[in-house]
Amino acid sequence: MEAQATVLTASSGITEDRRWRMVSRTMRLHGYEPAALIETLHTVQEHFGFLDPDALREVARELRVPLSRVYGVATFYHHFTLKPPGDHTCVVCKGTACYIAGASEILKTIEEQAGIIPGETTDDGRMSLLTARCLGSCGLAPAVVLDGEVCGRMNSAAVLQRIGEWTNHGSDT
Amino acid sequence: MALTLEDLQEIAKIEQDREAGFQFHINVCMAAGCLSCQSAVVKDALEKEVSRRGWETWCNVKGVGCLGLCAAGPLLAVEPSGIHYRGATVSDVSEILDSLGGTPLKDLDCSGESAFFQRQQKIVLENSGKIDPERIEDYIAAGGYQGLYQALREMSPAEVVEQVTASHLRGRGGAGFPTGLKWTAVSKAAGGRKYVICNADEGDPGAFMDRSVLESDPHRVIEGMVIAGWAIGASHGYVYIRAEYPLAVKRVRTAIAQAERLGLLGNNIFNTRFNFHIEVRLGAGAFVCGEETALIASIEGRLGRPRPRPPYPAEFGLWGYPTLINNVETLANIPPIIRKGGDWFAGIGTEKSSGTKVFALAGRVKNTGLIEIPMGTRLRDIIFDIGGGIPGGRGFKAVQTGGPSGGCIPEQHLDMQVDYESLAELGCIMGSGGMIVMDDTSCMVDVAKFFMEFCMSESCGKCVPCRVGTTQIHNLLCRITNGTGTLEDIDELLELCDLLKMTSLCGLGQTAPNPVISTLRSFRNEYLAHIQDKTCPAGACAISSAREAV
Repeated sequence: MEAQATVLTASSGITEDRRWRMVSRTMRLHGYEPAALIETLHTVQEHFGFLDPDALREVARELRVPLSRVYGVATFYHHFTLKPPGDHTCVVCKGTACYIAGASEILKTIEEQAGIIPGETTDDGRMSLLTARCLGSCGLAPAVVLDGEVCGRMNSAAVLQRIGEWTNHGSDT
Repeated sequence: MALTLEDLQEIAKIEQDREAGFQFHINVCMAAGCLSCQSAVVKDALEKEVSRRGWETWCNVKGVGCLGLCAAGPLLAVEPSGIHYRGATVSDVSEILDSLGGTPLKDLDCSGESAFFQRQQKIVLENSGKIDPERIEDYIAAGGYQGLYQALREMSPAEVVEQVTASHLRGRGGAGFPTGLKWTAVSKAAGGRKYVICNADEGDPGAFMDRSVLESDPHRVIEGMVIAGWAIGASHGYVYIRAEYPLAVKRVRTAIAQAERLGLLGNNIFNTRFNFHIEVRLGAGAFVCGEETALIASIEGRLGRPRPRPPYPAEFGLWGYPTLINNVETLANIPPIIRKGGDWFAGIGTEKSSGTKVFALAGRVKNTGLIEIPMGTRLRDIIFDIGGGIPGGRGFKAVQTGGPSGGCIPEQHLDMQVDYESLAELGCIMGSGGMIVMDDTSCMVDVAKFFMEFCMSESCGKCVPCRVGTTQIHNLLCRITNGTGTLEDIDELLELCDLLKMTSLCGLGQTAPNPVISTLRSFRNEYLAHIQDKTCPAGACAISSAREAV
């Protein structure tokens, strides 16, 4: 009983979140079927930016899926992230065409400059570095996605400049 | 309420008349590649300028699907002159409009890449770059949904399967399984509930064919799915598409809504008793979900892990019901097969591999982009004629097909024909159609390591050979590339590769060794150079710096 109560109090906060309405909507559209788990997690990530632990608990409860399975799915698929993203995101494509065109060089430079490896966020929360399997923009290799904008035919210097703008902006304000 | 043939023809007629009213058409590529080169901005500027000049009545600016030559984005095509402009910017807009009907702008004209545009034969991509992917009327005007009408009103499900069988169409997802056989199996499976799944989980790095088809002509895939549903007796379909392709997802969703509005999806399609509904399911970034049983598990909301086959999805698929799973390109071939007959399709390409194949040409090649060629085209023609050869005057080294499950083809095999059998003979696979060209700056051991790293991190971990084997192979390749490998490592590599091939549960593990095996076969000397001479012939590996440090 006590465990049940904890779950309920922990989730009550999230259901009042404005963003939760979209998650609720997705679950409702799928008739609260357990099979809607992945679709629901997509909605959570779309609106929260990451898979919030409270949200995961609430999704598990509403879809009647064990929390362990929710966690299993959330960690199995690369698209889902359990960590909140930084203010800016930099995604380096590691597809074959980008690899041939020197994506690993770009990645290495960013890693050295920012001091983080893919999947991490800088300590000041300014930037997250991620890699993508393939963006499908192979004609524009090497491609880097900077804050959701696909930038083709990039090189280390150009990416560093953009990243520099983000961090400089931070010190100005 | 349901749409009739007359309604369909009426929509087509209105649209065709509207198009015919324009003297010039400027088609701007609005596929993901060109969009990231600001094609949307150029299109806006063109529209504004056209309306400023008051030319709306005779000059039509239209957003279309992929024009193919992604290397030259943003691409524009001016019809009816057939001129292609490359890399157009906002400042070129008024000049482009001034030149309509006159001499084309020299600086931007890329129609000179005539081999690229002319050596192709388009079936799957016939509407790509011609129609607006976000308007169903445009697709109908191009003959769309007539195949569906024919199938539903003039053919029995068995006759549809017969035509698909006669076409000798083979699965375009990579394995090349005869589509007719698959359809026959599912149509004969017992039970009232069946499903059609369109596999758009294009996970191969270096492949973007399915994305382009969905972005450029989504209705074609939907029509193919509905025909498949009729043929096998299903009333529900799913499009399983990568979340990494937001534009393709959006266009498919728009297309489904439009088709539902016209009654081309839903109940009593074309006044028959046939009902069909399609839902979109998003993938979440797992390469293994391209495997059919893993894909089904993912649609069911579970971990995308494959299970042993048999039973095949044709008997026991989604929710345990018989399920037909076809790739995007396979389904995109269906409407023309129904319209023109299976024999017409069988006449294209080679005897055993009929039809055309869409390839995503990328890497060290001048004209990167999307191409469609008849099966049996020589590799040399693809790379040097259509692809325009290697840029920077460097030498050709290898071409990689089939992504992480495929292999590298060296120069001596450039004259081979591209079809399922010839590629298999070389230890390669057709794959979904990624074709990556490499020049002499690429180290083949490093390439093998790149693909093994991919398979290692994408292995779902269910079966031991794949989970452990890919890691071990990757470790060995790391040793070789950093200069600490031994000759015994090569034997061990071969043994591990054999083990993975024979004992892995699904296609991912079974084909993961292919890049290693094929590079060992054709570029063994590079492995030896790393091991014996401690040098990387291509200068890509960090051996020299490592040795200096020691």
